[in-house]
Amino acid sequence: MPIYSDKVMDHFMNPRNVGEIEDADGIGEEGNPVCGDMMTFYIKVEDNHLSDIKFKTFGCGAAIAVSSIVSEMARGKTLEEARKITPALVAEELQGLPKNKHHCSNLGAQALNKAIDDYLSRQGKQMKTKRRGKRNG
Amino acid sequence: MRKVYLDNIAATPLHPEVLEAMLPYLRDTYGNPQSIHGWGDAAREAIEGARAKLADLIGGQAEEIIFTSGGTESNNFAIKGLAQAYQARGKHIVISAIEHFSVLHSARTLEKWGFAVTSVPVDGYGLVKLDELTKSIREDTIIVSIMHANAEVGTIQNIEEIAKLLKGRGIVFHTDAVASVGNIPVDVKDIGVDALSLAANQFYGPKGAGALWVRKGVRIIPLLDGGVQEGGRRAGTEDVPAIVGMGKAAELAQMDMPYRTGYLSGLRQRLIEGMTSRIGHVLPTGHPDNRLPGNASFCIEFIEGEAMLMLLSSRGIAASSGSACTSRALKASHVLTAMRIPPEIAQSSLLFTLMRDNTEEDIEYVLETMMPIVDRLRQMSPLYAKFLKKHSGGR
Repeated sequence: MPIYSDKVMDHFMNPRNVGEIEDADGIGEEGNPVCGDMMTFYIKVEDNHLSDIKFKTFGCGAAIAVSSIVSEMARGKTLEEARKITPALVAEELQGLPKNKHHCSNLGAQALNKAIDDYLSRQGKQMKTKRRGKRNG
Repeated sequence: MRKVYLDNIAATPLHPEVLEAMLPYLRDTYGNPQSIHGWGDAAREAIEGARAKLADLIGGQAEEIIFTSGGTESNNFAIKGLAQAYQARGKHIVISAIEHFSVLHSARTLEKWGFAVTSVPVDGYGLVKLDELTKSIREDTIIVSIMHANAEVGTIQNIEEIAKLLKGRGIVFHTDAVASVGNIPVDVKDIGVDALSLAANQFYGPKGAGALWVRKGVRIIPLLDGGVQEGGRRAGTEDVPAIVGMGKAAELAQMDMPYRTGYLSGLRQRLIEGMTSRIGHVLPTGHPDNRLPGNASFCIEFIEGEAMLMLLSSRGIAASSGSACTSRALKASHVLTAMRIPPEIAQSSLLFTLMRDNTEEDIEYVLETMMPIVDRLRQMSPLYAKFLKKHSGGR
């Protein structure tokens, strides 16, 4: 009996949205190689929507499949909707994960959230610079 | 698609002649070796024949062989059984940091029983540090257990040298030779041990068959209480077909030994050289020379072991890995950790263990298949991207 579902195997063998976005609006990194898995998500945001999303992942089959499905689930969503992608939803979308691989689904959701956080904090800074610019000007 | 099985450390295939030898004992000769009738006589004769062949393979005497259910039982039996037999003399045990779990966890159980255990470190090749071993010996040390060859990195210990260090100190010296017996020449007289574990499924014999050799005069307390089988040292009706298979496998190993070691060492070198010359950032692990003939172990930097195994499997190749993600416990291999391989590199462990049926074409297929797999996973790896950025002048 294979340890992974067909869906996990599909996303592992043919991962969607692998890569980096050079001029990303937000970048989120989660996990570390010492523990076994590390994911980096890159997002582009247009009108509060995730217009593009790419990832790079160091990790096992489950970690790669999770990254791929998270990127698919999040693409096109609003930031608020994307934040609602929970580890449980990720596992469900993958037709289940082995018990000892559930932390991989946590990593995926967290990395995406961090990318959104990064985008928002950059926005905040930008707004501050703009305001400051206006005042100074 | 070509199928290449390179996970012989997990299990070897049954040699066709072993299967032939076993079949009559699964079908017609079903008697219990302890019975007093023709059926029993036939079964008894069969297991005694196997015992003699096994003793021959390791240079021991037939009556010193105790049949068990495999390597794990043999190691449990040795550690717990010897400790109990000699505890009046002392309660200190010495093992190495890279022992198999069946030794490590048996030692942990002994600690719960009130024994003290010292784990001796290894060097970067996985060789036990002899000075540390000498230092670890105490007045109350009763058992030293050091594995003969390590399955994960292939390193063969200098057991003879260790035996010399321990000589005359009233210490019982056990070696877990599960990975080596049947694959390289092992003679208990030459290496100077008092007890030795072995398992048939490491040398083309059946699963569920192993043995503990215990030098005559060395005492051991049984793990299993019951009948008088195995001289009262291992109760339970003998698994006659498995024992017969192990005997046949031992006979074949002895005849085939020069060919096995020579042929497999050649294939293994070809694989190691191919991997290190054709793929960048590949670190061979274990000792370069003192290693099991069929063991080629590596760390393939920036990518993770399980992902490699899955892609290899999709191309018909079976291998194994000591990465955290491949273990149920999600811990990187204690062997690689003990060899001071950094955890992020241990995650990239990949192990090929060869068998006599493998060919040069198999090795070439593995090398050809490996390159795109490594490329593909590195393209996906944030670690590789970081490495490239760091080494391209910080652009």
